Amino acid sequence: MPFDSFQDFIIMGGYGLYVWLSFFLSFVVIALVALETAIARKSLRKKSQQLQNRQQRLAKRQRSVSQ
Amino acid sequence: MWRWLHPYAKPEATYRLVEKLLPWFAALTFISLAVGVAWGLAFAPADYQQGDSYRIIFLHVPAAIFSMGAYAGMAIMGGIALIWQIKTAEWSIPAIAPVGAALTVVALLTGAIWGKPMWGTWWVWDARLTSELILLFLYIGVMALYFAFDDARTGAKAAAILSLVGVINLPIIHYSVEWWNTLHQGATITKFERPSIATSMLIPLLICLAGFLFLTISLVMMRLKNEILRHELGRPWAQQELEKN
Repeated sequence: MPFDSFQDFIIMGGYGLYVWLSFFLSFVVIALVALETAIARKSLRKKSQQLQNRQQRLAKRQRSVSQ
Repeated sequence: MWRWLHPYAKPEATYRLVEKLLPWFAALTFISLAVGVAWGLAFAPADYQQGDSYRIIFLHVPAAIFSMGAYAGMAIMGGIALIWQIKTAEWSIPAIAPVGAALTVVALLTGAIWGKPMWGTWWVWDARLTSELILLFLYIGVMALYFAFDDARTGAKAAAILSLVGVINLPIIHYSVEWWNTLHQGATITKFERPSIATSMLIPLLICLAGFLFLTISLVMMRLKNEILRHELGRPWAQQELEKN
């Protein structure tokens, strides 16, 4: 282990701010991409629901017209 | 080979394959990144010149390598889309581009944060940094072109052509540290000689590299699933798939 204590690990020989900031920002950027992908999936589900409802309404109307 | 590959031109077949592989790649991502990052941060020795600031390498180098790797993959998909007109190849372009752009942003950010204590500046307009910034603009251009047309297939073709043209930037990024004077250091592992890094640092770096490879593949797979569903929304299988969870 290059660090003697947990405090040493946080301080990173004086470079703590740079090291932790770069790890934090990288995590945020990657997490944003993953989050956006998950949100897109949810909105697709909604769109699919709307599309199906519309198709059902159209089918119903067509039936009532033909009768 | 064609008999094996041909079914995957059918979107649903590609979707099922991606769905089957994704959990494995996601698991590999978490394991390798957890091990690699913990090893790099806490157990690898400090650098004799840069002290502990060099630990940024465990994010910076993998992100930079796969920002270029993702671009190469996107260009190959663009070529397949143009030559064989395979729709799933077209759809993989908007699946890859945002992931590649995010990796480019990570490489630029970690590079700037590393540059401040080591070079005394966040940014210089030298060859390596500028060419990597152009890579980000190429990704943004590909995404913008893809969605710029009313006809989705025209947009896909335009984006595929731009992604192929932009490949010229990849060797420029890689050799920029040799061709021009730059603050950026030369290649450490992506060269034919022995890596110029101690084994105790190389092993966690390689694990982080594997982690970023799996991360890139996992994110692209997640986005490709969305992209396939978006185009197949009217079909029963896609509707069933979206109702499942």
